[in-house]
Amino acid sequence: MSENGHTTNGAVKLTRKDFQTDQEVRWCPGCGDYSILAQVQKVMPELGIPKEKIVFISGIGCASRFPYYMNTYGFHTIHGRAPAFATGVKVANPDLQVWVITGDGDALSIGGNHFIHALRRNVDLKIILFNNRIYGLTKGQYSPTSELGKRNKSAPMGTIDYPINPLSLAFAAEATFVGRSMDVDPKHLAMMVERLAGHKGSGFLEVYQNCNIFNDGTFKSFNEREVKEDRMIQLEHNKPLIFGKNKDRGIRLNGVTPDIVTIGENGITVDDILVHNENAHEPNLPYILGRMQFPEYPVPMGVFRAIEKPTYERMLAGQISAAVDAKGAGSLEKLINSGETWVIN
Amino acid sequence: MSATTLEEPITNTKLPIEVLEAVTIRFAGDSGDGMQVTGGQFTSTSAIIGNDISTLPDFPAEIRAPAGSLPGVSGYQLNFSSRDIRTPGDEPQVLVAMNPAALKVNIKELEPGGILVLNTDEFNDGNLKKAGYAANPLNDGSLSGYRVFQIPITSLTLKALENSSLPFKQQERCKNFYALGLMYWLYDRPMEPTLKWIEDKFGAKPEVAEANTMALRAGYNYADTMELFTTHYHVGKAQIKPGKYRNITGNEATAIGFIAASQLAGRPIFYGSYPITPASDILHELSKHKNFGVKTFQAEDEIAAIGAAIGAAFAGHIGLTGTSGPGVALKSEAIGLAVMTELPLIVIDVQRGGPSTGLPTKTEQADLLQAMFGRNSDSPVGIVAPATPADCFKMAVEAVRLATKYMAPVFFLSDGYLGNGSEPWEIPSLDSLPEMKVHFRTEVEGFFPYLRDEKTLARPWAVPGTPGLEHRIGGLEKQNITGNVNYEPDNHDFMVRLRAEKIHRMQQDIPPLAVFGKPEGKVLVLGWGSTYGAITTAVEQMQEQGHAVSSAHLRHLNPFPSNLGEVLKSFETVIVPELNLGQLCMLIRARFLVDAVSLSQVKGKPFKVSTLVNKIKEYL
Repeated sequence: MSENGHTTNGAVKLTRKDFQTDQEVRWCPGCGDYSILAQVQKVMPELGIPKEKIVFISGIGCASRFPYYMNTYGFHTIHGRAPAFATGVKVANPDLQVWVITGDGDALSIGGNHFIHALRRNVDLKIILFNNRIYGLTKGQYSPTSELGKRNKSAPMGTIDYPINPLSLAFAAEATFVGRSMDVDPKHLAMMVERLAGHKGSGFLEVYQNCNIFNDGTFKSFNEREVKEDRMIQLEHNKPLIFGKNKDRGIRLNGVTPDIVTIGENGITVDDILVHNENAHEPNLPYILGRMQFPEYPVPMGVFRAIEKPTYERMLAGQISAAVDAKGAGSLEKLINSGETWVIN
Repeated sequence: MSATTLEEPITNTKLPIEVLEAVTIRFAGDSGDGMQVTGGQFTSTSAIIGNDISTLPDFPAEIRAPAGSLPGVSGYQLNFSSRDIRTPGDEPQVLVAMNPAALKVNIKELEPGGILVLNTDEFNDGNLKKAGYAANPLNDGSLSGYRVFQIPITSLTLKALENSSLPFKQQERCKNFYALGLMYWLYDRPMEPTLKWIEDKFGAKPEVAEANTMALRAGYNYADTMELFTTHYHVGKAQIKPGKYRNITGNEATAIGFIAASQLAGRPIFYGSYPITPASDILHELSKHKNFGVKTFQAEDEIAAIGAAIGAAFAGHIGLTGTSGPGVALKSEAIGLAVMTELPLIVIDVQRGGPSTGLPTKTEQADLLQAMFGRNSDSPVGIVAPATPADCFKMAVEAVRLATKYMAPVFFLSDGYLGNGSEPWEIPSLDSLPEMKVHFRTEVEGFFPYLRDEKTLARPWAVPGTPGLEHRIGGLEKQNITGNVNYEPDNHDFMVRLRAEKIHRMQQDIPPLAVFGKPEGKVLVLGWGSTYGAITTAVEQMQEQGHAVSSAHLRHLNPFPSNLGEVLKSFETVIVPELNLGQLCMLIRARFLVDAVSLSQVKGKPFKVSTLVNKIKEYL
């Protein structure tokens, strides 16, 4: 690390290179995972956290190879269970910054239970879900986010499984941070990774990621350059939900249903447009936004929700210090001699 | 609480006192009748006045089966003695049955001519019908082979509490203390320890404390003044090794043992668990001791419980997960990961009857092969097994010592009988506990995640947060030393053998197997786990009769002690009693080519001494 400069507080200033490992990256050429890896490695030095205090934990799947490529501490665990391992790491040492890298099969199918419970406990974990709507590592079966009717290896006549919406699940599980980004927009992705890193509590970032081998182009109907301004919408805190090439279309709430309206038509003004509030205590509004899908609606990108709540590991540490205050630091001698005792002479 | 030494009571009675060596009592009633409390109190008092004791709580899986029904019967058996005892007794000599269902379920085990105390108030038509009695056993002559004492315990309790302000239902609930009072008189026990317990327990509700106190005293005085019993009995102090004692259940000893291990290792405990009978008491106990830095995590399921424990172990805690057999089944894949990543992890299995949900509240020892082999591929782990409730303390320390020294998962195989059963525990001096401070690698120079200690083959424990030691581990096959992912055929062959060798090397760190009795002879009874008490009692009886019978008890099941083969070959016959269909016996036969004989029983109950004695006799 000698090549690094120093920051003002004396800590070593790291670079993107410091976070790369000597392991050959083994994703397919053209995979969206490369973009995510690059952005995470780019953001890491900006966080000012020494790399020994960072841990990447993953489950099983293409995405879950991620920790091998990050020169931090890392743990490639078992299918679907990464949030559980990560919880143990974070609770054992709250000073560590703990990331969970997962995929749509890993987090939402085999690991659905752990995903829910890590979020509801508000353990300070940064969870990034690479959603490519397919099982890549097992070569092309449908995943829990695959669209209904999609034809693939395990559903040659089309899937008859209704897909799950990862954001709906995250809101239901009381996630305190929920965001969405995509592999093809590195700038936005880097911004979202940074927001996630800065959140205290269970944070969840869904990243639309293209699998160019088994599910190529699954998001292109709305995220290609020519159409994305009309088919996607950027969420910005305290700003009206406006989209479109001409910035003249917006979302207006009609009861609990979002309507697409055009500013300047039928007397609609900017004041009629729904204003985004990522800090709303109740997740009702972000839930409505999270369910907007193409082609009915523009697909929202950005931070849906970011609220503060005490974290699990902090409350546990609080109970431990309260117990020490009340009873004194544990004495083994006292413990084994507690209860009703008697002496045999 | 300070140590108490109580004088044995001298009851003002005109009745003769008969001195007995040992008595086995079973209290039985509805699961809401408080039989576990009654049995527990009789046990504590007996221990405090110097008897040796051994207990067997036996309760239904249903929390509140319909009142008066057969499935709702809850029992508590205890054996108290003036000599050294190791089992809760085969057949009770005394049965206290609080209703017809309790009588029906337990009468077949009462010794012929035994004392039968019945709460006649509950022998009404409704209860008799629920228990499946066509005729009232109180007057159909079916109990003529026993010494029956018919006592209207419920109405006597209510009468004693005439002036209590408690609602009727709550007054009625005091009848277990009335029954306890009767038994205290009959067996010449002091009431003080229980009076004190009531005060501590119900101090915040003085009217409840008072009612229970009155019921206890009323029961005692009733027996004393009514000359109900023709005699009463005295069981003297046992010759117990001098020392300071407390009564302890296996699950308590397990929890305290792991806290001790954490203190000795100098690292906090992380206990990940999902509630399951009969292991939940370990979670309850550990969660009380947060002032030791204990972190308990009630997970969303068994897999998360072990996952979090492994994560905590990676981060430098003593990672524990506790469950019973069905939970171990769910944890198997994660145990394999701990094998592959070579992290210290302790898996506590408080075994119960199976397969599947099986008999949740009953004991069995049928998870040995699951612990040994129950994972994909060759994935060896260490296995230790406590022999008695108090031994859980020692073996908990042992499990942590081996897991941290060898950087490997270790199973702790307890069972329902050990977990819920209790015995006096001689409180150890802290100096007698092993030195086992753990060391984390911090030196950057020459570090690799899979470097090996020459003697133990352990890899370094390099925890996140340590500068310069950043590394990645995972479930994919590793190259030795570098820890890099490696799929080469020779490397895999090497690593599979290395992981096995590492567990095998624990042998250099475990004590040789001790033989109880002569080191050679006709019969060796080889046991493991909770059968220790019954086996030792049976073998001792045979030895007293001059037979060439010895026993040996395995506390380390993987690896076995290094002298096991030699011990086995010194006897003509090896009998292996187990509460399964012969799992240890199969291992012994396979490993040592010894024609060992299996004695198996799977009734959800411990062995009776007589069952063992009869089997041994066949080979003399």
